[in-house]
Amino acid sequence: MLDGIKAFLDILSKPQISFTLIIFIFPFVIPPTMWFEKWHRKLGLHLLWTRKGGLYMFAFITIILLLGFFDENFGKILGKPDNVPIIILIYSVFFFLWLSMSSAYKNDERMARGEKVEEDYGPDEKVLVWPDLVYIEMIALILMTVFLLVWSIGLPAPLEEAANPSLSPNPAKAPWYFLGLQEMLVYFDPWLAGVIFPTLIIVGLMALPYVDDNPKASGYYSFANRRASIFIFLFGFLTLWVFLIVVGTFFRGPNWNFFGPFEEWSVAKVVPLTNVNLSEYVWVKMLRIGLPSHPLVREVVGIVIVVLYFGLPPVILARGKLRGLVERLGATRYALVIFLALSMMALPIKMYLRWTINLKYIIAIPESFFNI
Amino acid sequence: MKRRKFITWLSVGWLAFAGATGGFFTMIIRFLFPNVLFEPPQSFKVGFPSDFQLNQVDERFKQSQAVWLVRTAEGMYALSTVCTHLGCTPNWLITDNKFKCPCHGSGFRKSGINFEGPAPRPLERYRIVLAEDGQVLVDKSVKFQYEKGQWDSPEAFLTT
Repeated sequence: MLDGIKAFLDILSKPQISFTLIIFIFPFVIPPTMWFEKWHRKLGLHLLWTRKGGLYMFAFITIILLLGFFDENFGKILGKPDNVPIIILIYSVFFFLWLSMSSAYKNDERMARGEKVEEDYGPDEKVLVWPDLVYIEMIALILMTVFLLVWSIGLPAPLEEAANPSLSPNPAKAPWYFLGLQEMLVYFDPWLAGVIFPTLIIVGLMALPYVDDNPKASGYYSFANRRASIFIFLFGFLTLWVFLIVVGTFFRGPNWNFFGPFEEWSVAKVVPLTNVNLSEYVWVKMLRIGLPSHPLVREVVGIVIVVLYFGLPPVILARGKLRGLVERLGATRYALVIFLALSMMALPIKMYLRWTINLKYIIAIPESFFNI
Repeated sequence: MKRRKFITWLSVGWLAFAGATGGFFTMIIRFLFPNVLFEPPQSFKVGFPSDFQLNQVDERFKQSQAVWLVRTAEGMYALSTVCTHLGCTPNWLITDNKFKCPCHGSGFRKSGINFEGPAPRPLERYRIVLAEDGQVLVDKSVKFQYEKGQWDSPEAFLTT
């Protein structure tokens, strides 16, 4: 029975399956449109953000982790001092998601009834920074210091022998907060996944206040007023960042192969993964005439695809579904938003292309370090 | 103080400041380059061709020189042990007959050609020639890159 559950979870954790499931379930949990909202209510998923739903989810996560902790293989991963932050991350991400969503749902219900939101204090209920806020901050600071001290004494940092450049540990894992980046590096060239994407993430987050002109739900929790924005943000944060960190921690083993969490990390596991560039698919496998010698001619299909990917959807959407957005934001801000959104979606698209048809690079010009 | 004198002193002051800062940064940059490098010589002898087993990847010089030596029926070549993706050191998996990088899963065939994972180009080869005494000489100061067509160079492959 227990072994059956473990084997089932191992199969589920295959990235092709788990990532697909998450992408399909996600819009029903965080509904971006009214159609999803209808199903969200019908399926009872809104109960997730009640106290009871939160407790059930808490119990569910704990049961899975306990199951893992007493498992021979998963226990080794979970028990590592390195991975304690990931367990804290799983709980804290879920807790803060639950906290903000349940506060937002409460406010949405109040507003639907025509009442004021919870955060709306009257003029008489003024709260002072000193001492009210500063005291809370000081207590939080002291508690956090105590927690960090106990943690660092109780679980010493895993120091290893002096670094040896001719011997990379197997698997060689980045610090936990960079595991999402390391996962991106599997699918993209270093200059894209290591330089351009992190820059885009930071610049994109900084641009949010300038491209978001919705005055609703500012200063209080609310979901109904800005469901699409919350959906897009949480999709990027939860599935493309937090989930990839979890994948990197629990599902990546020796030789950077995928392993189920309950599977043994065997160095001998063989996964055939012969990757092929798009140019090879086109010139060698479809046209059967061999690769042209000039790199630009060779990669012409990939270049056209990338240009179309970033060029076509903004134009089509501006005339169709997103016409209102263009009018509200203006051409420049609209272009920025859609460029950031398309760049974000490029990651899952590339991941699926790698998993399904072993596509290596859409544009591959190793001669001048340019691969997409 | 006269206006002209003030400007003279001001210029002298600024020049002195610029000189001092310039000297300071020159010294800092100089400090980045060590006086002595405790590195093994870039070119070294690895023994006679017959010391190497046929169709085996020789890992004896991986630790000290970061080089794999492979001997085939036609000859020998020296592969760099630096992954072309982000510079980790791959492992030679004898059962799978491939080099596999533990950092992002790049895989290379015995020839050094990349075939799986994100590595954009094959492993680099080093200059390999026969010395006068008949030993194999590897020179790491000269690299040969496949994607630039340099593997065809006579010094990238030692015909025995």
